[in-house]
Amino acid sequence: MRWQKSWLPWLYLAPALLILAAYLVYPTVETLRLSFYDARGETFIGLENYRWVFTARPMRIAFRNNLLWIVVFTSTTVSLGLVLAVMADRVRYESLFKSAVFLPMAISFAGAGVIWLFMYAYRPAQAPQIGLLNAILVDVFHTKPVAWLTNRHINNFSLIAVGVWIWTGFNLVILSAAYKGIPRELLEAARVDGASEWQIFWRIILPLMKPTLAVVTTTMIINVLKVFDIVYVMTNGNYDTEVIANRMYKEMFHFRNFGRASAIAVVLLLAILPVMLINMSRFLESGER
Amino acid sequence: MRIRPERLVLHAVLISVALLWLTPTVGLLVSSFRPRDAVLSSGWWTVFTHFWDLRQFTLENYIEILTAQGMARAFRNSLLITIPSTVIPISVAALAAYAFAWMDFPARRFLFGVVVGLMIVPLQMTLIPLLRVYNRLGLAGTFVGIWLAHTGYGLPFAIYLLRNFFAALPRDLFESAYLDGASQWTAFWRLALPLSTPALASLAIFQFLWVWNDLLVALIYLGGTEDVAPLTVKLTGLVNSLGQNWHLLTAAAFVTMALPLVVFLTLQRYFVRGILAGSIKG
Repeated sequence: MRWQKSWLPWLYLAPALLILAAYLVYPTVETLRLSFYDARGETFIGLENYRWVFTARPMRIAFRNNLLWIVVFTSTTVSLGLVLAVMADRVRYESLFKSAVFLPMAISFAGAGVIWLFMYAYRPAQAPQIGLLNAILVDVFHTKPVAWLTNRHINNFSLIAVGVWIWTGFNLVILSAAYKGIPRELLEAARVDGASEWQIFWRIILPLMKPTLAVVTTTMIINVLKVFDIVYVMTNGNYDTEVIANRMYKEMFHFRNFGRASAIAVVLLLAILPVMLINMSRFLESGER
Repeated sequence: MRIRPERLVLHAVLISVALLWLTPTVGLLVSSFRPRDAVLSSGWWTVFTHFWDLRQFTLENYIEILTAQGMARAFRNSLLITIPSTVIPISVAALAAYAFAWMDFPARRFLFGVVVGLMIVPLQMTLIPLLRVYNRLGLAGTFVGIWLAHTGYGLPFAIYLLRNFFAALPRDLFESAYLDGASQWTAFWRLALPLSTPALASLAIFQFLWVWNDLLVALIYLGGTEDVAPLTVKLTGLVNSLGQNWHLLTAAAFVTMALPLVVFLTLQRYFVRGILAGSIKG
């Protein structure tokens, strides 16, 4: 590198560093502080907000639901993405197929929420069903219509299905790129040696794709911990569908309790931190010159 | 040539999955063109029994939501929010990324590590303090406020991506440029930027869609202010106020999706590349 004025790099860096300091560093420290203060951020109340976070009923429901999201959503999107990536590789209309599954990634979660509110539309048994799912239940299977979003036994799964619809394409695209990176000769050699497709999948493809699977899995878990829009638009957390991020929004905007909302945000950060660090270490390795 | 049964199963599975994935969006699109009474009395799939009878379709819903329900203004607001919220962070990030890639200064690696590390911070951690500051400065409910917020949230990933792209450009190119007396600015403007068009394009599309589709940031910093609300905020409001008026809700939802779908269908290649590079943004 040639000689340069020593202040020149700082001129290039200044706008970015100033904005990062103001928009990420300062607020993070301040949220941490507020989490130990009362609703209006005036009186120090120690760990009271955290006690509330871990004991209050709405929070318990939120934690339970986020856990349900982590398990069901993550396992479904990752395994579906993987299976579809391997299957789609064998047909000529592969890119068309991937576009169809990937399409929901382009639209907003709010838009997707409306799409699925309509899919889940529910009417009493006598009225014509205009939601596709209930129409199938009533007209094809001759059963009673289901209140997909208010029935407490299934509504969380109804919301998770929307998430799966949106994110599977993301995993499909990434896993498909990784799958194509596996040398074809390796698979051919296994076939010549008499391995079945099933064995090839479990013994060769899966182990080789482990790093990418780890990346998409951690990415999905981070998404799920922060899931907000789908729940906000479709149920607003009613009927036991509350999630952490939606509860934080409620505490902040509806109840104006900045202390509790801050404590929820800190817990969210702490939950994301280990997952993000796993993801990030991989990220930094791949970015080294 | 005979088709083997496994192939048949393969095609059947893939085609059904593709149809399953497209059906909800098709249902929305079809319903948005049907008159109110039809939408409320029969399922959207019934149009396919006499699809070519064009009298069953109407543009009324779109006219109503764009004018009476204010979706046209929300569309304009979305553009006014999204374009600067894409241009500003990428410009700021490009400058910083160039410094990180090709300039020498103390603590360079450490600072870059800190910037990348900031990707960990979920934006929920920033909302309350920033909103309080915004309320004091009068930035809440303004476009400038939301441009800067999106810039802050987009910067760590943008700097990370561009720095790695710049750093991978051939070293000789920059050294001969410096030898020929080119300034850092010339090397940045005439070499680094033009050579990075693919990365910049991916990043721009990614950021554009992220901001266009954002709901949370807009809800927080623009509040319920009607004249500045973007499409996502407006649509969520309509879900509550229109209730079962599906003919209008479906049209409104499609208006919010139209531009992203066009971007996606025409620039899919860059979009996918951005996704592949940016799988940990958040």
